[in-house]
Amino acid sequence: MKAKDLLGRRGEELAAEYLESLGMLIVERNWRCPDGEIDIVALDGDSLVIAEVKTRRSLAYGHPFEAVGADKLARLHRLGSAWCRDHGLHLPLRRVDVIAVLDDGVRKPTVEHLKEVL
Amino acid sequence: MALGRAYSVALVGLNGYIVEVEADIGQTLPAFVLLGLPDASLNEARDRIRSAAQNSGIPLSRRKITANLIPASLPKRGSGFDLAIAMSVLRAAEDIRPTGRTVFIAELGLDGRLRPVRGILPAVMSAVQAGFQDIVVAQANAAEAELVPGARVRGYQTLARLVFDFGADPQELVLDFAPEDEPAGNEPVSVDASVPDMCDVSGQAEARRALEVAAAGAHHLLLTGPPGAGKTMLAERLPGLLPDLRDTEAMEVTAIHSLCQLPASGVQLVRRPPFENPHHTATAAAIIGGGSGLPRPGAASRAHRGILFLDEAPEYERRVLDALRQPLESGELVIHRSAGAAAYPARFQLVLAANPCPCGKASGKGIECTCTPFMRRRYMSRMSGPLLDRVDIQLQVDRVSLADFGQSGGAEDSATVGARVLAARARQLQRLQPWGMETNSQVPGRILRSELKLAAATTRILDHALERGVLTARGYDRVLRLAWTLADLGGREQPDGNDIGQALSLRQTASAAA
Repeated sequence: MKAKDLLGRRGEELAAEYLESLGMLIVERNWRCPDGEIDIVALDGDSLVIAEVKTRRSLAYGHPFEAVGADKLARLHRLGSAWCRDHGLHLPLRRVDVIAVLDDGVRKPTVEHLKEVL
Repeated sequence: MALGRAYSVALVGLNGYIVEVEADIGQTLPAFVLLGLPDASLNEARDRIRSAAQNSGIPLSRRKITANLIPASLPKRGSGFDLAIAMSVLRAAEDIRPTGRTVFIAELGLDGRLRPVRGILPAVMSAVQAGFQDIVVAQANAAEAELVPGARVRGYQTLARLVFDFGADPQELVLDFAPEDEPAGNEPVSVDASVPDMCDVSGQAEARRALEVAAAGAHHLLLTGPPGAGKTMLAERLPGLLPDLRDTEAMEVTAIHSLCQLPASGVQLVRRPPFENPHHTATAAAIIGGGSGLPRPGAASRAHRGILFLDEAPEYERRVLDALRQPLESGELVIHRSAGAAAYPARFQLVLAANPCPCGKASGKGIECTCTPFMRRRYMSRMSGPLLDRVDIQLQVDRVSLADFGQSGGAEDSATVGARVLAARARQLQRLQPWGMETNSQVPGRILRSELKLAAATTRILDHALERGVLTARGYDRVLRLAWTLADLGGREQPDGNDIGQALSLRQTASAAA
């Protein structure tokens, strides 16, 4: 596994812990379909949360949030629908969250969470 | 929910309006939205501000930033809002303390330096009038902003220094960055302040006299004559005869110049009357003012309180010349464009120079002239009657004779003539103050023929000329105006018969147009 993938895994791990600490229920991680991947699928009360996790070592190439553009958000929204179809579920309350993890490997990683960006 | 606020000024023409900049930081993905009718250069502010803040060590929030410029209906343009937007955003993130009623006017460089903008003087004037006395500008603009009485101006070189003074955490700030001086290309071309002097003109006694009268009474002037007679030379010496601008006039003139050019490093009040000398291919927009979006001042406004010299006047498009009739009447130009209307002052003294015909040789006997009479008439008629109607002095300038040319030296210099002009101006002001006028050229015929009526014996030749139909009623008034100026120059209470006679001779070519 490459270093960047390790970093990503570690970030997703942290993000999942964080969401659970908020009282969410993690339903599935790294769900894949031909259209792409959902990092975390979670339930927050009765709404389905499609979470995208972005992890960076530093801000040298911009903040993780800045790497999430409009097309990416649109795809996450589509993937959410695909996940529901795949699981035969009908969940009208759906939202997309973005989680940024900053982890330089020295200090304690920071986790930032933006709710309902779409 | 954090909200930041800062103030700036939007200029529409020479009038400034206080613009309130609100900034809000929302909890969504990073974005920078600018609301309130920004133009293209203002929309670019977003990227300038982000980089400037980053490089000053006080990066903007990585959330959605919404900046709103109020009032939204007022079109805003230019880069002068950069600083106010940056300050409101930094305040919204609580990086700095509230800026209160401070007005910020400066452009930001990517490195975080504050750059000067145009039109600082009128902007600060409007801010102070609106009750906003604390002004922050770029260091290079500070001298100009300080010209405004009542303004408490602070000039800064960098954003880091400014936010430090507003309580930003100094640990991260890049305070030791001292921007090098402006690149050489931005240096103002040093304008030679010395105006050509009257003592260079040999001979031409009549034209010299006409110039003096024009300066004394602020009369518009038309010089016709063959090429090489010295029309241009004479016209260029007129500014040197005019008195210095008074405080209010100097502010008006400096404000217009501030709009037209980036500030010189040592800006001071323009004390000498400006001299504008556009080329005869100039368009109406160049003379009157114009441009896309909000109109900008043209040569006529730049010549405000000074001289607009149109060399080879018949070569101008007739439309351009006729467009000058409105400012000649009202002293103001109101220009309408898509983004709104702007009013610029344009109270200039018009000096026209013209050849007598297309080939230029139809003076004196005119033997060498190759033009047909019809061509000659058509050439002069390009300057329309209504325009020439407003030109009090219309003088024929002939080539200098050999006898005069040899006699160099001995001619009066500008200072001597200027002193007489100054005295004559003082006398006019004293006489005309009750009507709120300053110079004889402004006096309407009604007053000339009632309150300032001369004895019938003095005006006998004029009455005679009017009776015979040689002089129109309008021409009659113009001769009276000139006669008053001649009397003022001579230090006489009232024009006498001599003054009237001289005034008549200053309108040699006028009878055709009058």
